[in-house]
Amino acid sequence: MKRVIVAALAAVGIAVASMTQVQAEDFTPAVVFDMGGKFDKSFNEAAFNGAERFKADTGVQYRDFEVTNPSMREQALRNMARRGAQVVVAMGFAQAAAVETVAQEFPETKFTLIDMVVDLPNVQSVIFKEHEGSFLVGMAAAMASETGKVGFVGGMDIPLIRKFALGYVEGAQHVNPDIEIFQNMTGTTPAAWNDPTKGGELARSQFDRGADVVYAAAGGTGIGVYQAAKDAGKLAIGVDSNQNYIHPGTMLTSMIKRVDVAVYESFSAAQDGTWQGGIQVLGLAEDGVGWALDEHNRSLVSDEMEGAIEQARQDIIAGTIQVTDYMAQ
Amino acid sequence: MEAVTWIVLVVDATLRVSTPLILAAFAGMFAERSGVVDIGLEGKMLGAAFAAAAAAYVTGSAWVGLLAGIGTSVALAMVHAFACVTHRGDHVVSGMALNILVAGLGPVLSLAWFGQGGHTPLVADDARFRPIHFPFADRLSDVPFLAQIYSEIASGHNLIVYIALGMVPLAAWFIYKTRFGLRLRAVGEAPEAVDTAGISVAGMRYRAMIVCGILCGVAGTSLSIAQNALFVRDMTAGMGYLALAALIFGKWRPVPTLFACFLFAFADAVQARLQGVDVPGVGIIPVQAIQALPYLLTVLLLAGFVGKAIPPKASGVPYVKER
Repeated sequence: MKRVIVAALAAVGIAVASMTQVQAEDFTPAVVFDMGGKFDKSFNEAAFNGAERFKADTGVQYRDFEVTNPSMREQALRNMARRGAQVVVAMGFAQAAAVETVAQEFPETKFTLIDMVVDLPNVQSVIFKEHEGSFLVGMAAAMASETGKVGFVGGMDIPLIRKFALGYVEGAQHVNPDIEIFQNMTGTTPAAWNDPTKGGELARSQFDRGADVVYAAAGGTGIGVYQAAKDAGKLAIGVDSNQNYIHPGTMLTSMIKRVDVAVYESFSAAQDGTWQGGIQVLGLAEDGVGWALDEHNRSLVSDEMEGAIEQARQDIIAGTIQVTDYMAQ
Repeated sequence: MEAVTWIVLVVDATLRVSTPLILAAFAGMFAERSGVVDIGLEGKMLGAAFAAAAAAYVTGSAWVGLLAGIGTSVALAMVHAFACVTHRGDHVVSGMALNILVAGLGPVLSLAWFGQGGHTPLVADDARFRPIHFPFADRLSDVPFLAQIYSEIASGHNLIVYIALGMVPLAAWFIYKTRFGLRLRAVGEAPEAVDTAGISVAGMRYRAMIVCGILCGVAGTSLSIAQNALFVRDMTAGMGYLALAALIFGKWRPVPTLFACFLFAFADAVQARLQGVDVPGVGIIPVQAIQALPYLLTVLLLAGFVGKAIPPKASGVPYVKER
């Protein structure tokens, strides 16, 4: 008799265990990274960190794919949907067209598109107010600059990157109306997200002209910009992820875009069933963007700078400072 | 004064940017002069860039990095020679295959070894080729003109820039004034004549490919541990093909090839400085138009001024001793 009970308990135990496993397996989120690659230390890596945190918190495995040429985007998204992913996060503005096509083919699958808007019921578009975050780091650049000249290196020349640039310019001019700002774009093709040699060269060309702080919004290309700044003893500003740790001492700050939070939220909302399509706009008020202050750049940021930037942050949230959105013009 | 400073800085940038280009173009010159078409310059540079960054990161020595870069590049060149010279395969196919192989292998190996995706970790400063500053360069930089040339243009480059510039006259002397050079040129023009003289055609071509491998190795190394501090996927960004274009542009001759490399690098340096600048009378030129400048220049010069570019006669043709 005792044996039977033990056997029965064991059977129940196995059944319960397998059921929970089935549930866990049932939910498969997926993320499709864009051309910079998931270890670009920037935009895509932020998404990777968010997905990894979700995996650590819930034990749910996710699928991922790194797009290495433009024609792979649609295929990758379609594959994820076909293989039963309930929610697919597509990273980057460039995937908008692919998401639009695939989302119509798979109306049951949820798509979260970061950085661009697609108007479909099963697409959640998450966009950030990069201009607000860039405004703050623009202020930091202008206050840290001794020459009164600062630089900006963009990745591919697209409206989104112009949006970073314009916010940065307005922030710098907010501190010093006479400041001189050099702007360079790395290229006009997606290869511009992953060309550190060119990025470094552009940064050097700006240092030659007198800039002493440079802000890179260029994905993997930025690594070359930060290296050039370190080699020349100038300051650099990171983007998307907190990049202060890359070169402590010459990274003035980073414009953080909480892509990790967006990915995490999308996954967990899909799991809870609270996921909704539509547009989410994350700015300073939602903590969707911000500037990074940690032990790596503490010594570079004076109390005065910190105070001014925090004040501006409040003012932007309150609406007393208006930052122009390049894409809304 | 402004203008002089501007020119000095552009020339300075030209030297920096042209270094890997010059090395790769001369590597191609040795290969093609011997009759081996090498579109695998890109792949060899990329392979060397990866090996150099990986070795420099692990050992902490730039010199070990350089050796690893050269070793990898020579090994790839030998594969190419084995396929094209020994087995008389198609040169373009073999070169392209190597390019594709390396483009995939680099990121895969860095992922396996360092776990950071398609790139290696950042290499520490003392494991890189850092700029060398000539004596008194800092003090002289405010003195106009001559001193400016000394302190800005001549001083402050990394070692590989000087190696590349020193290599140019050496290579020219080698190709035109030595017995090896004479045979090299002959083997690319009329291999049967060289064979009749009792010299091994295959042996000459293998030797030429070793030189090609060494130069590509230095070029790749300069990208990953002199100009940058890590290897990233596809970091050569088409430079190998550009070097090949410079070689054709220079009609497979050392001095014109050198100037073709300078021209490409100069166009690149100028476009970085023209972006967003208000040009008097024209206004701000769109980024797209400025970035097309190097290519536009190439087409114009190639169509208008260079004339017919005739490759070495036997280049790309496998040598068959008897029919």
